[in-house]
Amino acid sequence: MNSYRLSYLKNLESESIHIMREVAAEFRNPVMLYSVGKDSSVMVRLAQKAFYPGKFPFPLMHIDTGYKFPEMYAFREEFCRQIGAELIVERNEHWIAQGCHPLKSGVDKCCSYLKTGALLDAMRKHRFDAAFGGARREEEKSRAKERIFSVRDPFGQWDPKNQRPEPWDLYNTRINEGETVRIFPLSNWTEQDIWEYIKQEKIPIVPIYFARERDVVVRNGILIPLAACSYGDPKAGKNATAEEITRVICRFRSLGCIPCTGAIASTATTIDEIIGEVRAARKSERENRVIDLTSDSSMEQKKKEGYF
Amino acid sequence: MQYGEKSLLRFTTTGSVDDGKSTLIGRLLYETKSIYEDQYAAIEKISQRKGFKEADLAYLLDGLAAEREQGITIDVAHRYFETPKRKFIIMDTPGHLQYTRNMVTGASHADCAVIIIDARNGVLTQSKRHGFILSLLQIPHLIVAVNKMDLVDYQEDSYAAIVEAYQDYSQKLDIHDVTFIPVSALKGDNVVEKSGKMPWYDGPTLLYCLENIHVAADRNLVDFRFPVQYVIRPHQDFRGFAGKIVSGTIVPGEKIVVLPSGNRAVIKSITTYDGDLPEAFVPQSVVLTLDREIDVSRGDMIVREKNLPQAGNSLEAIICWMDETALSTTKSYILKQTTRHVRALIKKIVYKIEIDTLHRMPADTFLLNEIGRVEISVATPIFYDPYRINHATGSFILIDPLTNNTVAAGMIRNAPRNIRCEISAVRAEGAGTGNAASKSPDTVWSDWNIPRETRERQNGHHAAVFWFTGYSGAGKTTIGKLLERRLFDAGYRTMLLDGDQLRHGLCGDLGFSVRDRQENIRRAGEVAKLFFEAGHIVICTFISPFARDRQFVRSLFPKTGFFEIYVNCSLETCIKRDPHGLYKKALAGEISEFTGVSSPYEEPPDPEVVVETEIQSVANIVDMLLGRLIRENIIREDALV
Repeated sequence: MNSYRLSYLKNLESESIHIMREVAAEFRNPVMLYSVGKDSSVMVRLAQKAFYPGKFPFPLMHIDTGYKFPEMYAFREEFCRQIGAELIVERNEHWIAQGCHPLKSGVDKCCSYLKTGALLDAMRKHRFDAAFGGARREEEKSRAKERIFSVRDPFGQWDPKNQRPEPWDLYNTRINEGETVRIFPLSNWTEQDIWEYIKQEKIPIVPIYFARERDVVVRNGILIPLAACSYGDPKAGKNATAEEITRVICRFRSLGCIPCTGAIASTATTIDEIIGEVRAARKSERENRVIDLTSDSSMEQKKKEGYF
Repeated sequence: MQYGEKSLLRFTTTGSVDDGKSTLIGRLLYETKSIYEDQYAAIEKISQRKGFKEADLAYLLDGLAAEREQGITIDVAHRYFETPKRKFIIMDTPGHLQYTRNMVTGASHADCAVIIIDARNGVLTQSKRHGFILSLLQIPHLIVAVNKMDLVDYQEDSYAAIVEAYQDYSQKLDIHDVTFIPVSALKGDNVVEKSGKMPWYDGPTLLYCLENIHVAADRNLVDFRFPVQYVIRPHQDFRGFAGKIVSGTIVPGEKIVVLPSGNRAVIKSITTYDGDLPEAFVPQSVVLTLDREIDVSRGDMIVREKNLPQAGNSLEAIICWMDETALSTTKSYILKQTTRHVRALIKKIVYKIEIDTLHRMPADTFLLNEIGRVEISVATPIFYDPYRINHATGSFILIDPLTNNTVAAGMIRNAPRNIRCEISAVRAEGAGTGNAASKSPDTVWSDWNIPRETRERQNGHHAAVFWFTGYSGAGKTTIGKLLERRLFDAGYRTMLLDGDQLRHGLCGDLGFSVRDRQENIRRAGEVAKLFFEAGHIVICTFISPFARDRQFVRSLFPKTGFFEIYVNCSLETCIKRDPHGLYKKALAGEISEFTGVSSPYEEPPDPEVVVETEIQSVANIVDMLLGRLIRENIIREDALV
């Protein structure tokens, strides 16, 4: 009668839980990077499951650039309050005060200071030796090559040519002084898996994933939210741009900083509609992420410098 | 079908340089509509920049800048796609640079492997190496895609030659399900759509094959093994042990024992975030609670009271060396197996395997990418099963404590049996003729009164020993009986020695401990030897699970007269057949040390013949074996009707 078959999602879930428990057991001071997006929401749920009925034994940490959508900040506070998680927010105040902005400083530089730099500072400050990230191999071609346990040198850099072999599920968690490890428990999940899991588990997500009417300008075929067109201050208003503003029904397929996150034309207002859309999608999930488009190897380059 | 209910196939792909592997994967992804427009546009852009007219799908996979620059694959790439039937994870491994460490990483997670061979080049050494590593890792299913058929005008000859050459090689390996498919990745023949250009091929397409390979039976559902990862104790009233069930199943109420303490308890609950479970099985991650307070911590293993793994301080394993720094037999490493870390010393290098020829060579060290057999001793005992039976408890990595690099991946064969080793060594000296019985050193060997050769002349055929080994229920006796009947009816002198018969008489004083099994096989071997010397064709059917015992038997006979026949059949099927109801009893814990259930079976590394009773009929197998006797000049060609 019993065929002992585990569904595909349960398989992935079990794999991720196993990874999280290994990290909690073997590292001195791990942290879970929390970016407020859908993948983070799923990762947090998996952590809750891994240590149930206990609480997960590490804090969440959000590397805030100051450029996130207001809905994301609101969601973050409510989400962490509800699950009773310890949340650390770290910002690179120095560069934020300097007015670092993708349009002014360049996308690469801005990311490098506000995200990579802030992350490395925070890891040092809190003496974290391991950090969970929600990256998935399906997302991007250099991520497709990264191990689940990704060792970073004291500068947080990834050396793609010198990765540790990772046979079976025997993870080598030993590191040298100053090194840290990024762990990607969602490595083998796809965008569709994430949405199916959100649906199955009724996981809360930021409302801007759903479609509604928004003011945008169209640049290179990417729908940029109007808010992004003004220098870092979403409240600066429409005068900040001379470009044509259109009002379209759209949603955000993946979330990042306002200036670097485009919307996609969509009418999906429920999880089921989003799943239908993802299934039929002809373009990849990061199509609207300006940061990935600067060069053929832009993500690899960022990772080598210490990016998530 | 519900999305989450689809089954999952993880497969690894490998091939030599320029055999079109990336193109094949690209084709698979393209035709299953798994490439996004913006990704395709990016590939087109690079292809144009590199001067190609058409988009080269290979760029889709080469994720690193250095790879795109050099047009080669450096590291394992993961790709995801699905069809209405299945979800797939591809672990694409490079065929040349660093191939061992990357192949081991990629293939260790695979249910199935696809080897790509260029139809123009035939079977290159590289393709053999890949097959060898896959067989070491015990990947149960292998698909050989013979690619670039368009460049050999879709001729059957080219394909057939490769199939034959590869089969020749793969028979020596431990891979039993090999499928060959002629394809053209570039033109799309037999990848997703059936080709009209090769009417001589009536097999499945590559995708069809991947969609329909049955992998559920490859799991070990028999031996419950639960390495404890983490102790969860949120408050006074709850103490649970978190871990992943790496094999077997468990139900609340079952009696368990915790290793290494040996403390016993009963499973109280299987706790999860989604509620308590009535039963859990491999590969679920759960929390177990017990009916009493006993000491359990990370690194311990929870197992069923009547199904224990092996325990010990020394083990024998095949390892793949993965570090730039060579193996050292004088320094200590850290061995990670399940959730345990122990100090380990590589005591002895038994041999290195020359991958191209599969020869075993003596060696003092292993360099990067070298493979071989070693003896390891560990500071504290570990609990393991042979890799063959249980990948999760039979695998380990070695870590260099100075650099913290992962330096080797290992697959445990068994505990070394040194006593046996010494006896074999003594025996080997007199192999084929004499016998220096260790307890009666003063007896003097004298030659047989009538030499075997004389008897053979009179009999009209040579003597031989067919030694059948395999699980109980694999079909050894059935094959042996029919084989003997055919030979006897044709006028040959034969004798069938069966395990059950010997245990009723000559070996009635022996049980099933490792020691008694050794003695049982020793006696069987000696009896076979007597019949052999009398000029008979001796057919022996014994489970004979231990390689060393079989090695001893082999040492009694001249090379030309001994045939080890591995009767291969999955444990699941043997359990289903269960001709004497023994598995049922063993699984219920009524029989201890039963091969496959509570005692290991070591597959022969180099049998003369492998037969597959799940695939071949008994009559076919017997025909094949008779053919072998004819080819070896033991019986005459015209002797059989």
